[in-house]
Amino acid sequence: MGRTIEVTINGLLYRHDVEPRLLLVHYLRDVIGLTGTHIGCETSLCGACTVLFNGAAVKSCTLFAVQADGAEITTIEGLAENGQLHPIQEGFWMKHGLQCGYCTPGMILAAHQLLSRSPDPSEEEIRRGIEGNLCRCTGYQHIIEAIRYAAEKIRVTREGGARSK
Amino acid sequence: MIPTAFEYFRPANLSEALALLEQYKDEAKLLAGGHSLIPLMKLRLAQPQYVIDLGGVKELSYIRESGEHLLIGAMTRHVDVETSEMLRQRCPLLAETAHRIGDVQVRNMGTIGGSLAHADPAADYPAAILALGAELRAVSTKGERWIRAEDFFVDMLTTALQPGEILVEVKVPALGPRTGTAYVKVAQKASGFALCGVAVVLAVDPNGVCQDVAVGITGIAPKAYRARAVEEALRGRALDASVIANASAKATEGIDPLEDLHASAEYRAHLARVWCRRAIEQARESV
Repeated sequence: MGRTIEVTINGLLYRHDVEPRLLLVHYLRDVIGLTGTHIGCETSLCGACTVLFNGAAVKSCTLFAVQADGAEITTIEGLAENGQLHPIQEGFWMKHGLQCGYCTPGMILAAHQLLSRSPDPSEEEIRRGIEGNLCRCTGYQHIIEAIRYAAEKIRVTREGGARSK
Repeated sequence: MIPTAFEYFRPANLSEALALLEQYKDEAKLLAGGHSLIPLMKLRLAQPQYVIDLGGVKELSYIRESGEHLLIGAMTRHVDVETSEMLRQRCPLLAETAHRIGDVQVRNMGTIGGSLAHADPAADYPAAILALGAELRAVSTKGERWIRAEDFFVDMLTTALQPGEILVEVKVPALGPRTGTAYVKVAQKASGFALCGVAVVLAVDPNGVCQDVAVGITGIAPKAYRARAVEEALRGRALDASVIANASAKATEGIDPLEDLHASAEYRAHLARVWCRRAIEQARESV
């Protein structure tokens, strides 16, 4: 009982027949081959499987792939452009926002959601913004610094862009 | 964790959804935000043969004013309730309650109708819905009816909705004059669900005397409840510390608190009393 879905993932349109019970995270990893989206708790708690679903951060272990029919998905693989790390990725690199890296893709996409809603977040807002993502290595402090680095980098880049116009 | 196989429908409007539900009744489950249903399906605690996804029923997603009431479509996501300027102004209790649900990702997907229809005893909305005296509109192929919040929650995970009915709308009153509200909660650390959540709607006169009050409590019992004994101990009295403390002591009167690995019945009752007092104090401050 397959169902045909069309999903835009990182700007590319995919069309597949899927079983309705296939979870979005399994679709992304096993069908599309984008294994940057991790499976952690599988109970919508840890946030390792976070992706952007029409721009909103969601836990892809708690969505069926069929629900994504017609949607636009962004995974961690879709953030870098032309080999240039996204400012949030750069922030995690510069500020040691990871140790084992397992939570990192989800953490970065949660941060992406946060910065799109709140471009200059306070530390409190950053902590709230990643409340749905667990990290068992860093103690979070370096992650918060990484997100603050990214917010600043995005701001400077935007102002630089505005000046050059 | 793979759910059992099911047949999937994605109706484009409410009448299509109602027709499917009429056809499959108890064999079908409605999928709203999925953040209650999908975890149950993954654990195979729920094994519906048919899943009717309301994600395509756009007509059920709205927040609008209707005189002295606000109407919220059942498919409105928690994030939209949380950030609605209209609700922040005219029914801040509901926005504040939505703000305390789960986490960012959960609030991006979960819906008010889905949460209420699931009737989890530790969900946040029921406390606010009870304290607000909300009314819930249910529709079937045979017609529609309004259900009072207090009649809606029947037991753990059980509501007054009948097979074939879809919860489509929540109606809450706009904030009255000299009225304060609060929602406070102790969350279970891992899940974010309420070990205890208390919602208060409190009207006071200029002398600080309680004119009217409603207290809804979630997380404590198999279903959220109105704490009538607390309300009676507040109504008509000047809200000083001892009146509030005496009233809050009645937070679990007539209630048999739940016991599980997160909290004993005794601890839950203690939480209810302490957080009931804090909620009343906070509501009084916000008048």
